[in-house]
Amino acid sequence: MALRQPNVLPGFGLTFGFTTFFLSALVLLPLCALVLMAASMQWHDFVHVVLSPRALGSYRLSFGASFLAAAINLVFGFIIAWTLVRYEFPGRKLIDALIDMPFALPTAVSGIALTTVFAQNGWIGQYLEPLGIKVAYTWIGVTVALTLIGMPFVVRSVQPALLEVQRDLEDAAETLGAGRFYVFRRIILPTVLPALLTGFTLAFARAVGEYGSVIFIAGNLPLKTEITPLLIVIHLEEFDYKGAAALGFVMLVISFCMLLTINLLQAWGRRRHVQSAR
Amino acid sequence: MAAIPHSTALEDVASRPGGRSIRNSLARWAFIGISLVFLAALLLAPLATIFVMAFAKGVHAYLASFADPDTASALRLTLISALVVVPLNTLFGLAASWAIAKFEFRGKSFLITLIDLPLAISPVISGLIFVLLFGLHGWFGTWLQDHDISIIFALPGIIIATMFVTFPYVARELIPLMQQLGNDEEEAAITLGAGGWLTFFSVTLPKVRWGLVYGVILCNARAMGEFGAVSVVSGHIRGVTNTMPLHIEILYNEYNFVGAFAVASILTLLAVLTLVVKTLVERTGYRRR
Repeated sequence: MALRQPNVLPGFGLTFGFTTFFLSALVLLPLCALVLMAASMQWHDFVHVVLSPRALGSYRLSFGASFLAAAINLVFGFIIAWTLVRYEFPGRKLIDALIDMPFALPTAVSGIALTTVFAQNGWIGQYLEPLGIKVAYTWIGVTVALTLIGMPFVVRSVQPALLEVQRDLEDAAETLGAGRFYVFRRIILPTVLPALLTGFTLAFARAVGEYGSVIFIAGNLPLKTEITPLLIVIHLEEFDYKGAAALGFVMLVISFCMLLTINLLQAWGRRRHVQSAR
Repeated sequence: MAAIPHSTALEDVASRPGGRSIRNSLARWAFIGISLVFLAALLLAPLATIFVMAFAKGVHAYLASFADPDTASALRLTLISALVVVPLNTLFGLAASWAIAKFEFRGKSFLITLIDLPLAISPVISGLIFVLLFGLHGWFGTWLQDHDISIIFALPGIIIATMFVTFPYVARELIPLMQQLGNDEEEAAITLGAGGWLTFFSVTLPKVRWGLVYGVILCNARAMGEFGAVSVVSGHIRGVTNTMPLHIEILYNEYNFVGAFAVASILTLLAVLTLVVKTLVERTGYRRR
């Protein structure tokens, strides 16, 4: 048995076989269909769909808003994680549990709720309207929705890393005369940096593909407020399977790259953790 | 040591406690304040809106919106698809975690990447791949039509797409848990002559039961709430292939806000229940063991 190392436990054949069969049927076969459908297109047609002005506009919005949302989460996610780890205040446990809400809440529900809150006459929208800030049905609304979706990823990545910052190092640095900012830059930031970047990438990856919570708050105007997943849906509704497959292929390649980045970042974080433990 | 550094150190310490605690408590309240405002605007306001809008025209209108036959049918369809998807994905999660956590084999990290894949790709693509396979112009489209089998724009498509989107949840909950708990007890049971199934049911399952409970509940919440993938494969046939999230979209676009938020409130309660179970499970301390 070169495939696996010897082990007295039974059931490898059964569970491994079932797992690979399930994954092949449900994941590999359908993904092959997507790749082959995109590959069967003429190169000219593929480029025509993938680089059309409408597609380019949708990339700009999808990637721009996702990047901005992930950057907002990088800052506020760190602040929230810091608050939850370092301070004791009434309602802390409740807030901690609520962080996972965007994971558990269906995207369509958060979509209609956010749109209502940020619409012109909504609870928050009515105060932003006089300031000339329109959130709902603009790119700002898209960013708000993507920020909500990505928030738990940053907070949940940073929390365990912050717990590992050695408090005695901070105290020692402060006793030796280091300012708060210096301590942050030289002691706290290096420890949580891999976790912060992992959270950022996870939030970014999730936001790029997000559909349900965005389509309600985005205006869905071609070139302006149309995200790439919506453009795929529009191609499908016109029974343009090849066009949909071409755009889907582009997004799939990007998702693979980001998955790879996340794995590398996590490996980096683990390596640093091992080094600091020595 | 010299006297001068000693006295400056004393001065330093004397001047410190007050100044330091004022600055720290300022920072403390700034951090707590920013966190609370951010979460209130982004999370609490939308959550509260769901219930305010659902009850905007009173309890009677709220309850009446569930009497609508289309809403009832959406509720039924969501329940049916969850009833098929969740047990199958639980079975998969148990099998995958046993294979991955108990054995060392080649290609293991590739298998784990495959399991994580649905979490990384857009829900729209998760639906798209099944349309490309089973849709009218898809790979098996003509064959399915000749044999009068409909998958896309019908219940089987909804079930398959939901299964794809939600199968990682149980497995991802169980794999790290089983790895952490190790193989010692199982090996002892096998060495003492217990069979594989007996070992699984009376040694492994009790150890991981809380992780399993949370994985199943999370998988269920995601299955009932899936929007993007199901929206691509369902065809939005009112009263026939509309699940609850899709029905919310239709009601909302028809400006039936009470109806839309009433259905949304059910899914929100499901999400709250999921978080309560998660908190309870974490309180049992299974992660810390």
